[in-house]
Amino acid sequence: MTQYDITIDGQKVSFTEGQTIMDAALAAGIYIPHLCHHPEFAPHGSCRVCTVTVNGRNTTACNTRAMPDQVVLNNTKELEATRRAIVQMLFVEGNHLCPGCEKTGNCQLQAIGYYVGMLTPHYTHFYPIRAVDASHPDVAIDFNRCILCELCVRASRDADHKNVFALSGRGLKTHLIVNSPTGKLADTNFAVTDKAAQVCPVGAILHKRQAFVIPIGERLYDRQPINLVGDLAQSNPQGATTHG
Amino acid sequence: MSSIDLTTVRPAVQAIVHAYHGKSTHLLQMLWRVQEKYSYIPELAIDSLAGELNLPRAQIAGVAGFYSFFHQQPRGQYDILFSDNIIEQMQGKVELMAYMLKKLGVQCGQPRPDGRVTVDNTSCIGMSDQGPAILINGHTIARLTKSRIDTIVDLINYQVTLAEWPKEFFEVHSNIQRKHILLGGYFEAGSALQVMLKKGADLSLAELGHSGLRGCGGAGFKTESKWLICRNTPADEHIVICNADEGEPGTFKDRILMQRYADLMFEGMTLCGYIINAKKGFLYLRGEYRFLLESLEAVLDRRRKDGLLGDNILDTPGFSFDIEIHLGAGGYICGAEIALIESIEGNRGIPRRRPPPFPVTQGYLGKPTVVNNVETFALATKVMVDGAERFNTLGTAQSKGTKLISISGDCDRPGIYEFPFGITVREVLEACGAQEVQAVQNSGAAGYCISPEEFDRRLCFEDLNTTGSFMIFNRTRDLMDLVRNFANFFVHESCGFCTPCRVGTSLLQQYIEKFVSGNGNAYDLQEMATLSHLIKTTSHCGLGMTAANYVQDTMKKFPQLYQKRFKSGSSLSPSFDLDAALNEARKLTKRTDASAHL
Ligand SMILES: Cc1cc2nc3c(=O)[nH]c(=O)nc-3n(C[C@H](O)[C@H](O)[C@H](O)COP(=O)(O)O)c2cc1C
Ligand code: SF4
Ligand code: SF4
Repeated sequence: MTQYDITIDGQKVSFTEGQTIMDAALAAGIYIPHLCHHPEFAPHGSCRVCTVTVNGRNTTACNTRAMPDQVVLNNTKELEATRRAIVQMLFVEGNHLCPGCEKTGNCQLQAIGYYVGMLTPHYTHFYPIRAVDASHPDVAIDFNRCILCELCVRASRDADHKNVFALSGRGLKTHLIVNSPTGKLADTNFAVTDKAAQVCPVGAILHKRQAFVIPIGERLYDRQPINLVGDLAQSNPQGATTHG
Repeated sequence: MSSIDLTTVRPAVQAIVHAYHGKSTHLLQMLWRVQEKYSYIPELAIDSLAGELNLPRAQIAGVAGFYSFFHQQPRGQYDILFSDNIIEQMQGKVELMAYMLKKLGVQCGQPRPDGRVTVDNTSCIGMSDQGPAILINGHTIARLTKSRIDTIVDLINYQVTLAEWPKEFFEVHSNIQRKHILLGGYFEAGSALQVMLKKGADLSLAELGHSGLRGCGGAGFKTESKWLICRNTPADEHIVICNADEGEPGTFKDRILMQRYADLMFEGMTLCGYIINAKKGFLYLRGEYRFLLESLEAVLDRRRKDGLLGDNILDTPGFSFDIEIHLGAGGYICGAEIALIESIEGNRGIPRRRPPPFPVTQGYLGKPTVVNNVETFALATKVMVDGAERFNTLGTAQSKGTKLISISGDCDRPGIYEFPFGITVREVLEACGAQEVQAVQNSGAAGYCISPEEFDRRLCFEDLNTTGSFMIFNRTRDLMDLVRNFANFFVHESCGFCTPCRVGTSLLQQYIEKFVSGNGNAYDLQEMATLSHLIKTTSHCGLGMTAANYVQDTMKKFPQLYQKRFKSGSSLSPSFDLDAALNEARKLTKRTDASAHL
């Protein structure tokens, strides 16, 4: 296949036709922060954390095709501020109380917060009221932490072929729903071994009885920053299962 | 709500699904039928639809939950929605709504305990030239007054069916104030098709190109190019879609065209069908224009009878084309063509797919699709009968022909005006009798706020682009009401797909409310500027990219609007009242002493 080049922050990066900027960056070992992207699923483009500047204009790396001679900016002060604001928006939109969350240290939202230099939520918290679904024997869903990335939706649809999840509502009222007449996870054919149970980047889909198997302080992003170890799923395929 | 007999739900849903041949693309239309029957979408109907259509129930619940006209809870037997456009607020909407709520003894958004009536708000319903207006069970009543409300309340309390209400209540005026090549002159249905058939597809397309016609939906893409690209994209099927979502606050030109000139639009779609080799067309009619559905269906039927739709149109072998109306269900985002196509496919109206490829090569169900605005199709018809010359001799270098402008607000003669492109704002204001103008909001909430210094600018693609909404504010108006109304609008209309628009529009609203309550400061203003820039430059689609225009424009052109609301004596104030926040703690500890206050 023909190879072409783009540059990312001045570094030459090759790609083949059809690849996105994100694909090319991942292959070259360049970290572009992202939450809703997962290389095994079709690009989505909803979180906007992977915003980069291409030939002077902002776009998302995950769903922009690489084109010969694109000049891509990734690691700039401006983009860091942009991404920080987007991550802050995700923090205030939900209820993310990291110290009390069993995903702390294994959470991509938290890890990217550190990476982009987020020290405060900056905006006013929305404090939404959302119920927790602990009906399933092996998995709990804490909707308070859902960032609407639709990774579980995509995994359940495209990998598990079960369609356990979907989004409903509109705007700020958008929310994750479960495919059963009761709306409860226990009343679906969801299993802890499903792909959809492994992809949640935050502490929304949690495996029961795994909470503190790895103590706080020794977890993935406690040890190394996300730009070095990448996503939970890639750095340790079983990560989500064993780290809770 | 008188409780519904749930045993009827399953058979009713089966009949509805059957009527649409079990096609899940018609999910919105099925949900409409369900809601017409039960006033809302019962959970059991979602289960039944899932069973009949063999779709996950969560997918159907997700679709029903997306559109603002579909309800998960029973509504009143009379379901009333007040159009919440800023112009209608200026016409007394807020007071009239309060009056009606009080007279009916009902809370906003809550059905009355006897289930008789619900009263709620909705985004602009395209009646700002004759507001305040409401939708009642989907039907439009404009020109509300107190006495009209008195009658409506009586009719509701006596449970008179809508069919027996005074006919004049449901009259919607056209208010056509100025005609030119589009609105003037007589048009004989079928005459454009005859010209085209005589010329052939190639020459007809060339004529369209020669006219210089550009899309009237906002982006101004050359219509000839769009049709040509679509036509040249090989596929088993091509599709024509007419965008009648007309969701931009303050615009109603497409309504007038469909009310009075439906043949022009349908004939334009049919021309397109022939040229791009499509057999199927859709009219995406916004739910707010439900009242036009019967008359539009009647025009379609007449055109079928007259051989202008269906098989072998005008006895031309192989020329088959027909049009189906899809009724939207509340959602400004569905005017954006990517979202509109999702909606016609029976999905949530989210602009999920990011172009390229554009709909013109991969649209409805992946087929090459032309999406054009109502006015664009109507103009294409006129170009065909009157010739390109008539058209391209009007306007400016880049903007040929005429443009329909919907004028509302502070002027003597609101309504529809057809002007050649290139007319100045000042000339428009003179034509409609507007005095002492403080500002004009051009192109709706997503558009531009124009100050008097700019009144010599020209309406055309080269200068001030316009989608045709022109809202006028005189010097007695507080533009902060506009700012607040638009903030609300975008919070309500953001589809929620991407973070900056979903969350950012609400954050902007928070800052604006801070100014409204007199608690803003210079730092907040700077924050608003940063946030506006962020929303604009990082959002996924055109809605987010324009959702902060009104903030940027008013901050730049009317800075005193914000400055005069600065909290006095402070350049910095906390985003909440610390002392008030301590109230609960004081109550719990029963302290009233001075040191318990800040
Ligand atoms: C948020 C948003 C709302 C839109 N609403 C409308 C609309 O109500 N009517 C319309 O014709 N075009 C609307 N558009 C533009 C359409 O996406 C599309 O460009 C247009 O229908 C193409 O038709 P034209 O070439 O005839 O202009 C909207 C675009 C966006 C981003
Ligand atoms: S539950 Fe997790 S994976 Fe699913 S949408 Fe929410 S954040 Fe994404
Ligand atoms: S910009 Fe707004 S309307 Fe567009 S996809 Fe994002 S959330 Fe939806």
